[in-house]
Amino acid sequence: MSYTRNLIAGALLASGLTAVTPLTASAAECIAPADPGGGWDFTCRTVGRLLTELKLQDGSVQVTNMPGGVGAVAFANVAGKRADDGDVLVATSTVGVTQIAQGKYPGGVDVMRWVGMLGTDVGVIVVPADSEYENIGDLLDTLKADPTAVPVAGSSGAGGWDHIRLLMLADAAGMDGDAYKAIRWVQFDGGSPAVTQMLGGQVGAVSTDLGEIAGFVESGDIKILAALSDEPIPAFPDAPTAKSQGFDVTGYNWRGFYTGGDVSDDAYQGWVDELKTLFDTAEWKEAAEANGLITVWRGGDEFEAYVADQAKQMEDISRSIGVIK
Amino acid sequence: MDILTSLLSGFAVAVTPLNLALAVFGCFAGTLIGALPGLGPVNGVAILIPVAFAMNLEPSSALIMLSCIYYGCMYGGRISSIMLNIPGDEPAIMTTLDGYPMARQGQAAKALGISAVASFVGATFATLGLTFFAPLLAKAAIHFGPADYFALYVMAFATIGGVTGVNPFKTLLAAMIGLLLASVGLDPGTGTARFTFGSFHLYDGFDPIVAIVGLFAVSEIIMYFESHAVAGTGPAKLGRVLPKLREVFEGFTASIRGAVIGFICGVLPGAGASLGAFVSYSTEKQISDKHGTFGTGDPRGIAAPEAGNNAASGGALIPMLTLGVPGSGTTAVMLALLVSLNIQPGPLLFERQPDLVWGLIAALYLANVVLLVLNIPMVGLFTRLLSLPQWLLMPIVVMVSFIGIYSISHSTFDLFVMIGFGLLGYALRKFDISLVPVVLGLLLGADMENNLRRALSISGGDFSILLQSPIALVIYGFTALMLAFSFGIAMRRRPAVLDK
Repeated sequence: MSYTRNLIAGALLASGLTAVTPLTASAAECIAPADPGGGWDFTCRTVGRLLTELKLQDGSVQVTNMPGGVGAVAFANVAGKRADDGDVLVATSTVGVTQIAQGKYPGGVDVMRWVGMLGTDVGVIVVPADSEYENIGDLLDTLKADPTAVPVAGSSGAGGWDHIRLLMLADAAGMDGDAYKAIRWVQFDGGSPAVTQMLGGQVGAVSTDLGEIAGFVESGDIKILAALSDEPIPAFPDAPTAKSQGFDVTGYNWRGFYTGGDVSDDAYQGWVDELKTLFDTAEWKEAAEANGLITVWRGGDEFEAYVADQAKQMEDISRSIGVIK
Repeated sequence: MDILTSLLSGFAVAVTPLNLALAVFGCFAGTLIGALPGLGPVNGVAILIPVAFAMNLEPSSALIMLSCIYYGCMYGGRISSIMLNIPGDEPAIMTTLDGYPMARQGQAAKALGISAVASFVGATFATLGLTFFAPLLAKAAIHFGPADYFALYVMAFATIGGVTGVNPFKTLLAAMIGLLLASVGLDPGTGTARFTFGSFHLYDGFDPIVAIVGLFAVSEIIMYFESHAVAGTGPAKLGRVLPKLREVFEGFTASIRGAVIGFICGVLPGAGASLGAFVSYSTEKQISDKHGTFGTGDPRGIAAPEAGNNAASGGALIPMLTLGVPGSGTTAVMLALLVSLNIQPGPLLFERQPDLVWGLIAALYLANVVLLVLNIPMVGLFTRLLSLPQWLLMPIVVMVSFIGIYSISHSTFDLFVMIGFGLLGYALRKFDISLVPVVLGLLLGADMENNLRRALSISGGDFSILLQSPIALVIYGFTALMLAFSFGIAMRRRPAVLDK
């Protein structure tokens, strides 16, 4: 009997250790401020894996999931406890900056040091392949005539980045604030669920990032009315941009990293250089493109300025649509 | 047939010595992870993704190992439900209702055996469905809109009163507490914080796993302190260590019914394994519970939800693979795994990467057989757990739970929340209120609300949308039938109760 007992105790202990091991692996750590499975988790896991494989880091980069408050928990944790820890990177994106701009994190963009962005997803407006709308102008005209005519879905709640991008288009089409606030917005837990609900006839259009739903465009189930990028998307050169249709709106969702505000210049510059080296590899290009990202680099001071500018812009938009006062 | 040739080529991918070894390892590790309260399939798969990368496995091998862990966790979740009255993961919660009473009566081995067979039935049924009807079912699932999902949750909550205990009012009260707790956190529709008292830690609401471990495991410890100080409950009767072969097939028909219901819930991305287990159990109770034995250790009360939750987890792979829509936290992790292996699930996956998909499906068949073979002898090992004195067993369980919870979120806040739920669980037990409906309310309440909100966003606040969909009307009709049926049974049974 005592043999069995030892066995059970051993099994429990071993499983306990399995759980603890990732906490103590190596010096470098990437915090994904979300549960496993989302975009931030992907950013950390892919970049962490490549940094190790390309020997830019000794040992493996440990990925820590710290979900909560759309990134606010991780932000608060780094700001409060690890502001000077040069071994930590935190994955973020335009969605995180939107949260900061709307005052939903404990602090502004100046609390952190912004390391760099490695790629970006592009916002798109899509409709079913057999939809009556042929271009973004058709859809916006319908909404202009009656804002409640077409329910539109996306992966963010009202006031989130998917919603804001739609409203920026409505704004560019000349709708006023009261009119575009009346557009029916439906939140789903991701781009794919939103698209499948659209294919089921529940909503008329979807505003979200292209990466997650690219398969539905390739399979011919849905069509892109407008890509919110300056240039056509390389994977879908035939999809027209909003700009080419006379609506001056772009809506990127970049993927990048910040680190604590008190991190030394050396450690900060070390991360910037390392990520730039990673960015220049074929491996990153391949991984990014497989996930529908366009590779774009901004790092160091340039990225700091870019983030500050974007936060300001986002704050203005949020105020004009009434998300913040 | 085309599908059979594809499946055979899948077996050619899966049946190599390395992949078989990985499958056995995955099944074993998965069962253990699933059995440990607080550690479920989500962190099981998440923890082992880096291991798969570190071993430099081929994508197909990594996928085989991790999907075996996924299925293994689903099998393992029932073990602590039965042995300790603590669900190993969310979908295993219904198994506590009849599994634990059976274990207390010295029939732990039988309960574990029945649930292993039921899990096999459910998972195999789902894998067959995945093999032959995946694209078709995905097309059908698309037509389920928010109003239909809402109707499904209404059905679940309408039948909750009859699920546990004798007093339906206490059950309803418990479900309401669960619903109340589900409203904590950021409102997904608008991002408004509700009942968070300014704490970012409450923005995502209460994690059901944290609640489950607190309510069941921590409150058990408090109960133990109290009972030990007074008299001390003896250890459960050990009974037979291995079940008789005949016994494990008890409730076989219940597991077939459970498998069908669970599979349907799994295929619908807005439903999932917890709802599958719950609806399987409540339907089985409506159909079979002629003598009021459910809740006291009825084999069918174990077989139905176990077949249901395993069928649902298998069914959930269908929208995940064909649409890229994860139905649950676990399938979301599987999705992340696929993406990190550069496999993009979606409408083109079956055409573009048939080797991988069919290799995965073949691996799931293998995993099921391995798990069944592995789980029968493991019954003996787990049954002996009961011979450990309570003062040793419970602290170990709670310690493991603390590690498990902390390893998910790296948040000490969650540990305090867990203790808080332990106190709540203790209070509810003192009032003789079942804990299961609390967790069901918490698990299902958020999805029910989200779908209601989505339906109303689409209609611009017009409630009539809820009754406009034919699918929803059918579900409401079915709900009314079930209510009428159980009302009829209650009326007939009442005189008998009074006679006693």
